[in-house]
Amino acid sequence: MKKVLVMVLALSLVLSLFAGCNKDDAEVTDKEVTTTEKEDAQVHAFIFKNTGNPYGEKQMEGFREAIEKEGHTAILKAPENPTVEDQIVIINELIGQGVDSISITGNDFDALQPALEAAMDAGIKVLSADSAVNPASRMTHINQADPELIGRVEVQAAVEMIGGSGQIAVLSATSQASNQNLWIEWMKTELEEGDYADVELVEVVYGDDLRDKSVAETEALLQKYPDLKCIIAPTTVGIAAAGKVITDKGLIGEVMVTGLGLPSEMAEYIENGACPWMYLWNPLDVGYLSGYTAMALVDGTITGALGDTFSAGKLGDFEVIADGEATQVMLGAPYKFEPSNIEEWKTVY
Amino acid sequence: MEKPKVLTHKEFSSVRYFLQWEWILLIIFILVNIMNASFSDNYLKFDGLMRASMIFLDKGFIVFPMALVIIMGDIDISVSSTVALSSVVMATVYNAGVPMGLAILICLGVGALCGLINGILVVKFKELAAVIITLSTMTLYRGIAYIILKNQSAGGFPKWFSELSWGFAWKIPYILIVFVFFAAIFTLVLHKTNFGRYVFAIGNNDIATRFSGINVDHIKIIVFTLVGVMASICAIFLSAKMMSTRPNVASGYELDVIAMVVLGGISTAGGKGKMIGVITAVFLLGFLQYGLGLINVQSQIIIIITGLLLILAVAIPNIQEMIKNFNKKREVNL
Repeated sequence: MKKVLVMVLALSLVLSLFAGCNKDDAEVTDKEVTTTEKEDAQVHAFIFKNTGNPYGEKQMEGFREAIEKEGHTAILKAPENPTVEDQIVIINELIGQGVDSISITGNDFDALQPALEAAMDAGIKVLSADSAVNPASRMTHINQADPELIGRVEVQAAVEMIGGSGQIAVLSATSQASNQNLWIEWMKTELEEGDYADVELVEVVYGDDLRDKSVAETEALLQKYPDLKCIIAPTTVGIAAAGKVITDKGLIGEVMVTGLGLPSEMAEYIENGACPWMYLWNPLDVGYLSGYTAMALVDGTITGALGDTFSAGKLGDFEVIADGEATQVMLGAPYKFEPSNIEEWKTVY
Repeated sequence: MEKPKVLTHKEFSSVRYFLQWEWILLIIFILVNIMNASFSDNYLKFDGLMRASMIFLDKGFIVFPMALVIIMGDIDISVSSTVALSSVVMATVYNAGVPMGLAILICLGVGALCGLINGILVVKFKELAAVIITLSTMTLYRGIAYIILKNQSAGGFPKWFSELSWGFAWKIPYILIVFVFFAAIFTLVLHKTNFGRYVFAIGNNDIATRFSGINVDHIKIIVFTLVGVMASICAIFLSAKMMSTRPNVASGYELDVIAMVVLGGISTAGGKGKMIGVITAVFLLGFLQYGLGLINVQSQIIIIITGLLLILAVAIPNIQEMIKNFNKKREVNL
């Protein structure tokens, strides 16, 4: 019977060793955490929506580059699934570590408010990046590009691709994703205000930023609307899934795909014609700008108030501008990726 | 010749007593805490641990009745959908003008109804396994939640509501106090009442229990209804945690809950287990995940470690059995 006890102890030890080994994965060691009181050793955390999202990985990479360039420590975290519940767990772990700032790409606009308020009560600077959380939950927001421009430009692209008439559909991320919802609102505004009497937006479907669900939703769209001419996917996971389905089904030229995509993932579909062109900003820059904004908040250079200015390393100087009642920092205009320039970008990100 | 001694009880053996799974679990719990504390200076802080319990305890409420269900030899995998449906209904009626207090009662009512339906279906269709029945109600309840909210989120709850999940009474979170309250009640019910004994009896031998004149169907329906009620209590705390809800809330909770029950030493074959083990398992998993999170272990690796612990929990009783048989054989050979 003693054997059992010995085995349990041995297994527990193995488990703890296992956990110990993984310490290297993290960007922080105990020593650094305990010295966060000093000005020269800040700890900045970035929380993305979920793991396994290449777009998110690029953002985190940019964030880390900015933070480490200034000699601070970056913690990069993402839950296994894109849920608010898991992001709350991570926020709590970061409060427990006493980090200096949290930059978060929210999985929901409102639901993170109590958790992020608790973080701010603990003296942590909180900002959202890419996908916003509500103004009460943050000090400022990093906006990757003007949402109005993104929404309008994508509709204009789709209309041009289908020659001015036909059915179009939108394949989005989750139904609560605040940035996608805002862009879709602007798409609808553009459709109403522009001269698009022959263009019909048949449905907005949600692939939840999961590859297989996005593929399934695309296939369902094609089945439901045989006359569908164009799919707008304002999410990198969605557009790649749509590109794959259109290519696999041999529908290149019949159904167009456009939206926001990563050049490295979309090069294949831009080159084969499934996606004539698409847009995006540089996610590395979004992360990089978040990093510098977080450091400026912790240094006290800015407070997140309207009119604050700060310098963001290689990206130059930025000003905190209005976002309704709240404030934000705007990265720039969306960039167009087409067959003529995809070759040089696909190796970048 | 000496008469063989007839034992009414197994003789008390301290070795056997301390080799019970609950004690082993306690040792693992202590080891995990030592490990966490040695990895991060931030772990052994009262406020941090209390805050961590605030975050992981919401699903802990479902663990108690789930333990009863599994002891009976059944299972209920519809709990996460019950959480979603009851919280969605609560948010919807509140936004339609119903006072918050009444909305909370309605939430409990919806949970109870979901559980009651599960219970009735399980006893009416005995040829179907509970896993199949609750699989279908899982889809059904989640589907209704989606129809009500149309894939959007709903919230706007009054400010005091968030205190349920984020408030403290003398540095102890309210949610922990409520959890301890239910832990005490369910422990007493399972181990000190006739009802608890019937639950064990059903798990050991359903038919014999029936022939002993115990209304098995009645007890099953009550236990399944309890699952629904506790799921709606989870829904209340979860909605308070996020101050809003949406139809895809709590997805995957059923697996977390079943994992906690199994790790707590409740036999999946039914008829065996102790509530104290389940309660230890809730805190063991919660603190393990918090500790690993504090040293920024990747979320996938945390899942792997949890999985290894579960395998251990399932394997230990079998290994104990093997050793017992081996010893018996040796005795016979001697």
